[in-house]
Amino acid sequence: MGSTNSTLLKIPNVEVLMQETGFSPAHIIRLHDRFKALDKEGRGHLCPHDFGAIKELAMNPIGDRIIGAFFSPGKETVDFHTFVKILAHFRPVDKDRPKEPNSPEPINSRSNKLKFAFQLYDQDKDGKISRDELLQVLRAMLGMQVTDEQLESIADRTIQEADLDRDDTISFEEFRKSLEKINIDHKMSIRFLR
Amino acid sequence: MAFLQQFALLLALLIIFSTSCKTAMLEVDSAEVGLNYSLKSSATENISTSTNDSTGGHGSSTITTLPIVIWKWHHVETPYLVALWILTCWLCKLVAELNHNITSVIPESGLLIMMGFILGGIVWGADKAQTFKLIPVNFFYYLLPQIVLDASYCMPNKLFFSNLGAILVHAVIGTCWNAGTVGIALWGCYEGGAMGNLNIGLLQFLLFGALMSAVDPVAVIAVFEEVHVNEVLYILVFGESLLNDGVTVVLYNVFDAFVSLGGPKINAAEIIKGIISFFVVSFGGSFLGVVFAVLISMLTRVTKNVQVIEAGFIIVLGYLSYLTAEMLSLSAILSITFCGVCCQKYITANMDEKSVTTLRYVLKVMANGSETMIFVFLGLSAIDQNIWVWNTGFILLTILFIVIFRFMGVFFLNWLLNQSRLIPIDLTDQFVMGYGGLRGAVAYGLAASLDEKKIPEKNLMLGTTLIVVYFTVILQGITMKPLVQWLKVKKATQSDLTLNGKMNNRVFEHVLTAMEDICGRMGDNWWTRHWNYFEDKYVCWLLMTSDARKHKDPIFGVFHKLNLEDAKKYVNEGESKGSLAFIRNYDNASVDFKKQLALEYADIMPDIMNDMSEYDFGIDNVPVTSVMKNPLPSVSLNVHELDRKSMLNDLSAHHLLDQHLYKSRRDNRPTYSRSHYNTSENPDEMQEIFQRTMRSRLESFKSAKMGVNPAKKLSKHPKKDSTHKPNGKPADPHRTHPYGDEDFEFSADSASSSEIAGHFPRRNTNAPGAGVDNPAFIPEMDMSPPMRNPPWQTETANNMAVAPSQTAQGRLPWTPTNLRHLAPLRMSTRSTDSFAMADASVDDEAPEEKSGSHHTRL
Repeated sequence: MGSTNSTLLKIPNVEVLMQETGFSPAHIIRLHDRFKALDKEGRGHLCPHDFGAIKELAMNPIGDRIIGAFFSPGKETVDFHTFVKILAHFRPVDKDRPKEPNSPEPINSRSNKLKFAFQLYDQDKDGKISRDELLQVLRAMLGMQVTDEQLESIADRTIQEADLDRDDTISFEEFRKSLEKINIDHKMSIRFLR
Repeated sequence: MAFLQQFALLLALLIIFSTSCKTAMLEVDSAEVGLNYSLKSSATENISTSTNDSTGGHGSSTITTLPIVIWKWHHVETPYLVALWILTCWLCKLVAELNHNITSVIPESGLLIMMGFILGGIVWGADKAQTFKLIPVNFFYYLLPQIVLDASYCMPNKLFFSNLGAILVHAVIGTCWNAGTVGIALWGCYEGGAMGNLNIGLLQFLLFGALMSAVDPVAVIAVFEEVHVNEVLYILVFGESLLNDGVTVVLYNVFDAFVSLGGPKINAAEIIKGIISFFVVSFGGSFLGVVFAVLISMLTRVTKNVQVIEAGFIIVLGYLSYLTAEMLSLSAILSITFCGVCCQKYITANMDEKSVTTLRYVLKVMANGSETMIFVFLGLSAIDQNIWVWNTGFILLTILFIVIFRFMGVFFLNWLLNQSRLIPIDLTDQFVMGYGGLRGAVAYGLAASLDEKKIPEKNLMLGTTLIVVYFTVILQGITMKPLVQWLKVKKATQSDLTLNGKMNNRVFEHVLTAMEDICGRMGDNWWTRHWNYFEDKYVCWLLMTSDARKHKDPIFGVFHKLNLEDAKKYVNEGESKGSLAFIRNYDNASVDFKKQLALEYADIMPDIMNDMSEYDFGIDNVPVTSVMKNPLPSVSLNVHELDRKSMLNDLSAHHLLDQHLYKSRRDNRPTYSRSHYNTSENPDEMQEIFQRTMRSRLESFKSAKMGVNPAKKLSKHPKKDSTHKPNGKPADPHRTHPYGDEDFEFSADSASSSEIAGHFPRRNTNAPGAGVDNPAFIPEMDMSPPMRNPPWQTETANNMAVAPSQTAQGRLPWTPTNLRHLAPLRMSTRSTDSFAMADASVDDEAPEEKSGSHHTRL
């Protein structure tokens, strides 16, 4: 217990962090350990190449985008707080926890999870998934299995499905609507973060 | 009335048939003693019966004169009776399904059992004995495999494997728990004197508990499919009941062996052996199933030359996996279950789509058929005074215990599972799971195969099993639906197949694995991903044809499926509605136009809506033949009545269609060039669909000699076109392209843009907006570059112009250019010319140059 507390004490504003993310002290400590392990040079923050060093992540077809999601625009580093907050998106929703009426929307709410997914597509941050952006993601994921033309037609059709206002792009609202029937809590949660 | 008629028919049939059976029995009884008349057993003794008959019948009788016809009942008796019973059972299903008011209250399985009572009564009335009953051999060797194979083959694979842990916990631990507790509790009550004097020991009670723990997939599927519970609950109950049968049979065999050994000989070593045997039998059976799945998948790699019987291989090999497991005394049910579940993905990819459909339907027919027979015979078996040994204490306590312990087991195991489940199973679902513990034919089959020498009270057990089956299937079956509604159990959400859903699922998977990597923990997704990797690299290489590998990506699969669906819908719609389909398209188009206008030009041209509706009606009044006229007003009315949203839906569906027909053709192209096999299939299919639609439409147009043309063609022709002409240059030197590259651009542009239907209306918009109101003039306008690229057209559309051209292959029999030009022409103007031209091009397949404005050849 002593070591737990001492680790926690090293992290600044740990109370606020736990409040915001809903993580338990055990989670915070585990993530902090991981954070330190990733931060090989001990700078107290992570750079993109720190993430790049994770071997499995390099195999991930959309790994770059996911790494990119950790860095807010213009920033080259991510500190522990941001790191934890990003991961908090994937904490499963807990139903037992009493819902405080005034509390802000938790990070792991459905719409926040969706926002996270949305920004993986929306690389130029204009709030819309354009055909090109979609095509890039599809190309990364489908790889060599399909031809460019098939990719394009898949992209076209995907946009058509979601595109309600016929502007050939998918806005966040459209994105959310198209995934209305999908259990996001299920698909965007990691069990061990519970 | 229909019901009564059917029923009278059935009764007549039965009376005729049971009397004939009776006479037959009397005859044969005199000839051969001891032939088993139970229909089901006679099936197994088919061969021996016929040999006996031929020796007995023919050998003994000497021919004195040449008979013209002879009554040869004995030759056909067994197969005849089997066929007749199958027919009878299926007729029962027909009768049961006649009235939907009844089936909505009483599940079909319950109705069938009741029919079985009636049939049994008739048979009994005729024979004064129970002549027909379900005997275990037939049940386990002929009826059950069909059902299990179908259930496992149609199992939602991903759902099954992602919940495999929970299913296994329930199927293995839950079943053992049920068997043990029910057995012990009954024994306790027996010792306490609740059942009077019975000749049953603890082991026999445990054996009985084991056979009673079989939650029957047949009954469960029959009931749960009607109530549409949410998919997780469904897969839990269904998967559990399927695997649990295997476990039950294994347990039953272990306890049966214990009973044979007798109490005193059982020591710790035997018990340990029993436990080991349990695991060896279960896992061995599952493993054997996987081996057979691999065999099947590999076999389907090479069956493309014998496509006709392709589907048959799966059924035969699946059955063989069952029999082989039985031969090795492994769990046959588990074997066939895993065989079906594992091979499903690969054979679907390997086999031709037609074979896949065939297989699915054949399996469904067989499974439904034997399911029907099982239920009818379950009812039929009740009419037998021999098996009814009444013991109120035993029967009531059995029912009580199986219900209580089932609930206890389910709640406890779910509590355990919920500790680690991402999405906990909620209480109502758990309750329904517990309540869904229907016992069925497996329990009956096991009870019927008890050995009377070892279990003196076999008949009591059999009778009790039947009562439990009736109780659970009929009573719980009837109450299940109201209960599900009352508890507000989450129902299955009708999830449509969407590319968005599929694609985002994939993204989510990647995101989750990435996050797990970042956290440095091995989570669930680690396994999924590594399995996927392994599967990609080795399993698919081994089990899939190279073509199938290329197209196996799920996103692509969904895309393909959507396309096929659209194509079918499109054809159906076109054929059933004829010219109306076109008009509707037109309306859609104009709706779209109006909408676009309303959005984009509302301020500039506030009157545009009115203008357009006038335009609509104007067309209506153009000399259209009566055929065309009739549908029009109503459709036009529709346009005004429908609210915008539904129009939008309509419209988007329409867009999808447009997109579809073109794309799928394109998709098939690469395969075409590579493998002979695929090309001959899919493109032809598409071509046929296309031609048929075209023909039917053209015919209707011809008869009308006037009219309007489906907007759909717009998309299709340009699309086909683009595949023909690489980079806008004619692939075929004979072709003339008055518009050359422009043509191409136009087609590609409209084809590749995601909004085909949207474009045309916009062009139309432009026309009226520019004051070009004369419909006849519009085709020209369409062709002209400024029209092609109206200022508001998206840039993407233009960018895409080149893409489709790359797979240019001239293999379409009709002239695309011709049609392409037709398309916008018809769409916008409905000139008679265009129709004549269309006729010529498609009917003759050698279109001549017609319209003054452009083209064509071939």
